[in-house]
Amino acid sequence: MKIPVVKNILSANDQVATENRTTFDQSGIFVLNLMASPGAGKTTFILATTDRLPEKLHPGVVEGDLASSIDADTISARGVPVVQINTGGGCHLDAPMIRSALPHLPLAELNLLFIENVGNLVCTANFDLGADLAVVVASVAEGHDKPYKYPGIFAVADVVILNKADLIEVFEFDVEFFRRGLEMVNPNVPCFILSCKTGDGVEAWVEWLFDVVGLG
Amino acid sequence: MHELPVTKGILAAAVEAAEQNGARRIIAIDLVIGNLASIVDDSVQFYFDMLSKNTLAEGAKLNFKRESGTARCWDCGHQFDAGIPLIRECPACNSARLHVSGGREFYVESIEVDDENSSS
Repeated sequence: MKIPVVKNILSANDQVATENRTTFDQSGIFVLNLMASPGAGKTTFILATTDRLPEKLHPGVVEGDLASSIDADTISARGVPVVQINTGGGCHLDAPMIRSALPHLPLAELNLLFIENVGNLVCTANFDLGADLAVVVASVAEGHDKPYKYPGIFAVADVVILNKADLIEVFEFDVEFFRRGLEMVNPNVPCFILSCKTGDGVEAWVEWLFDVVGLG
Repeated sequence: MHELPVTKGILAAAVEAAEQNGARRIIAIDLVIGNLASIVDDSVQFYFDMLSKNTLAEGAKLNFKRESGTARCWDCGHQFDAGIPLIRECPACNSARLHVSGGREFYVESIEVDDENSSS
């Protein structure tokens, strides 16, 4: 006998993600899920952003990492509230991990939360965390072919950051080829080309984010 | 590789549906997985055989129904199935401006169970 089911395979995760989203909404917190490969510059990107935020925005950070607290320490040193999640060997954050991190954050003081996912361009794409904005951070050093090689993650992005733009010439990075790849899997996704090292282009991203958060 | 949590999700959905219907044993589980959903069939089956031990689903066969994505050319409008590897040029006009959508399905469609009467 056949029994119809039609149930999303990750529905257990999605259910907790929905609870997270409700908590964030009730606390008035706008949440970003930052996904990237290892070394794309996620932590530097978070700091480049928080350094330039208007006074109205009060950020916090959830740091996902396999084993270390290096990134959390870096962020904490800048006075931004941060909670570390070590996944052990886990290749992505999931919604229950975020749920368990929430009591360790001063939610009442925050209105913007950056979740730095584990460095991984595959698994992170499938797990809803309850965030409002999926941010994929690519970097020039990784090469211009990433949207073709990892279409899944670029397809779920609400915004794409191309970091380390100061290296475009060094790496002979073909911006048009990269953009065509993006257009293929996610047409019209906003893409900011910037360098967290030089600061070029960061302002435009922060202004866009401020508009999206909608506190203006 | 996130086939372990994926497999847990499959098992949970199947066992829940079987229990709701008073079934004693799950013979097969029909899955719909998009070609672009980054899931490896063999890996899921491997985990499934381990995780399903001593459950209603022990020994169940996983049937993977693969759904293709769709590619559409921005320039000439030609449409074709998109799978892995992704094609980067339109087969009709050679344009490199394509749009790929779909192929991301990811759900348990149905389960096949032993009929109650015959299993006693």
